[in-house]
Amino acid sequence: MLSQIRPAFVMITAMTLLTGVLYPLAMTGAAQALFPAEANGSLVMKNGQVIGSSLVAQAFTDPGYFHPRPSAASYDGGASSGSNLGPTSAALKQRIETDVARLAADNPGVPVPIDLVTTSGSGLDPEISPAAATFQAPRVARARGLEVAAVRALVGRIVVSRSFGILGEPRVNVLALNLALNELAPASIPGSRAGEPVAANGGMR
Amino acid sequence: MASDILQFILYCVLLAALAWPLGIYLARVFSGEQTFLFPLLAPVETGIARACGVDPRTADQHWTRYALAALAFNLAGWFVLYAMLRLQGVLPFNPQGLPGLSPDLAFNTAVSFVTNTNWQAYGGETTMSYFSQMVGLGVQNFVSAGTGIAVGAAVIRGFAGRETRGVGNFWIDLVRAVLYVLLPLSILFGLFLVWQGVPQNLASYVDATTLEGAKQTIAQGPAAAQIAIKQLGTNGGGFFNANSAVPYENPTPLTNFAEMLAILLIPAAFPFMFGTMVRDMRQGAAIFAAMLVLFLGSLALTYGSEIQGNPIVAELQVDQSAGNMEGKEVRFGTGNSALWATATTAASNGSVNAMHDSFMPLGMLAPMLQMQTGEVVFGGVGSGFYGMLAFVLLTVFIAGLMVGRTPEYLGKKIEAKEVKLSVIAFLVMPLGVLVFGAMATMIPAALASVQDAGPHGLSEILYAYSSGTGNNGSAFAGFGANTPYHNTMIGIAMLLGRYVFIIPMLAIAGSLAAKKTVPASAGTFPTHTPLFVGLLVAVVLIIGGLTFFPALALGPIAEHMAMLAGQTV
Repeated sequence: MLSQIRPAFVMITAMTLLTGVLYPLAMTGAAQALFPAEANGSLVMKNGQVIGSSLVAQAFTDPGYFHPRPSAASYDGGASSGSNLGPTSAALKQRIETDVARLAADNPGVPVPIDLVTTSGSGLDPEISPAAATFQAPRVARARGLEVAAVRALVGRIVVSRSFGILGEPRVNVLALNLALNELAPASIPGSRAGEPVAANGGMR
Repeated sequence: MASDILQFILYCVLLAALAWPLGIYLARVFSGEQTFLFPLLAPVETGIARACGVDPRTADQHWTRYALAALAFNLAGWFVLYAMLRLQGVLPFNPQGLPGLSPDLAFNTAVSFVTNTNWQAYGGETTMSYFSQMVGLGVQNFVSAGTGIAVGAAVIRGFAGRETRGVGNFWIDLVRAVLYVLLPLSILFGLFLVWQGVPQNLASYVDATTLEGAKQTIAQGPAAAQIAIKQLGTNGGGFFNANSAVPYENPTPLTNFAEMLAILLIPAAFPFMFGTMVRDMRQGAAIFAAMLVLFLGSLALTYGSEIQGNPIVAELQVDQSAGNMEGKEVRFGTGNSALWATATTAASNGSVNAMHDSFMPLGMLAPMLQMQTGEVVFGGVGSGFYGMLAFVLLTVFIAGLMVGRTPEYLGKKIEAKEVKLSVIAFLVMPLGVLVFGAMATMIPAALASVQDAGPHGLSEILYAYSSGTGNNGSAFAGFGANTPYHNTMIGIAMLLGRYVFIIPMLAIAGSLAAKKTVPASAGTFPTHTPLFVGLLVAVVLIIGGLTFFPALALGPIAEHMAMLAGQTV
């Protein structure tokens, strides 16, 4: 054993230099040179201010905006988390019941798409299903004084289909949808300054 | 539903198509042949070997020496990592000013990454500095995988050897695994991930002002480089707390598919490497087939449970046609979440793209069972294959008993010594899961970590100790594992699960390497036929699975019954 101690420490030092220093720093350099926007978090800028990331859900509560899925992490981009409630958890059932009752008022008589009343694994799921967006269209249209059909058409434009028609699920990015909505109909929503130019994926940090 | 099945088929076909040539490449690398990377990397290899005092020409080690070298290297790695985690507060690359870890958490985490478990009792973005991630955890991601691959190669040499004394040289195997396999694949894969949206920077966390005017902090970091190796090396430790469910770790269906392939790529290549090295590809293909059968069985159970959704939720006014979406991401849906859960627990990877704690009771049963059978369905890099070889020896032994002949495998007599050593390895899982798990149910300080009451609570304990002992690292994340008790006990379980498997398997390899080969006769039981594949599958399920059936009946199966009756707790 003792004769192996020296090579062990030499080897861990060599490997640390190679895989712990050289590798990540070279990767950082290459990533910053090749894909700067993605390497810096796919941030969305507006008037030189970061308004979020296209890959991180942010809270929307105003009826004039599309809402993301509920978040067990309170949309904290610095502490991702799921609810981790089991399928027979009473807390889970109660939470879903409450959310369904609230959402049913938006769109009476229509079953609520399941992703709108379940928390995601990360708590930061930036997307909702096309069904969940369509479900919210009447509420958003009412709040903004738009035709429901116009809002639905907007959703249709923002929907991303499966990669190569096969992989994953069709989905709608909530931040992209709400930005497009602001362009379409500058609404009297506090805090929103609609119509201002937005650079998606822009900006280095 | 149809699109999910299509993705499953595509996945299996692509996996086999990539694993076959990689297996042949691995065989060449570990037989010392020159590969296309040789001109570039050979000087580095020689340089490191020389620094370690190894002469490549006369380096063949007896299995005992090989095992000692592996243990010494892992001990040194543990020591360095433990020190780094404790001293995190004074080390550089720490823009958030995160403090050093507590002794028990540092012990647990260092053991976890050295044993290729990557169990995480902490949340990445709230606990680890960039220094700890890159220079500490990242290094072990490479070298714990390298250790697994090296030992896997040594065990295969034992089976392939003809009256040889040694099983190879640990230091050279380790360097080759990192230089010729893990590093090139990680560089390519890491850049692919950045292109798709995984961050790779050293900036501090970003403060954003959202559209509604709220403040949001967004974690950053050198994630892509880490995630590439965490998947390829069946490590699985997340850069961020919610692991591969976080969009920054796994932003698109394309990254998801590629990461799932990366999880099983090297493990699935091992049977083909074996086939090449024993000069009979049919032997490797038979083991691959048995693994695939078990994999598809687990996938069917998990997917079937998840897509049906939760009957308790179905009573409400919801459209649950997408299946059980609690803890799942929209871009993956139930199909890709079930496939990932199956792949990550088949391998000893343990990264998750959906929260297993919120899976349906039978949907969580299959991942748990795959860990409890020792992760031999492809398994961890190297470790999965030598685990499966233990089952192969047992199958040959049982088949020999049935027909009344001395069991043989690849022309070598399997005798009492090899079977005894295999059984020692098999006893580790029941010890870690059932004995340690039972202790956790009786000690109040341990029970306090359980989040959900009822059978689901027992499942949380079972899952934690299965994951630890099996060196998987996935978790029922509701289980509050970061306590001195569980940090210590799961740490010990991880050590047992790693080394009480490695040492007997190297001993078997050493014993087989020294044996004469006997020519096959009419009485030899062929080990490349569908009959053998069927027997091997049955042995894995019966020996591996039945041990845990009573515990599973009280956990997931009891919860399934309660759920059908509409009961909540």
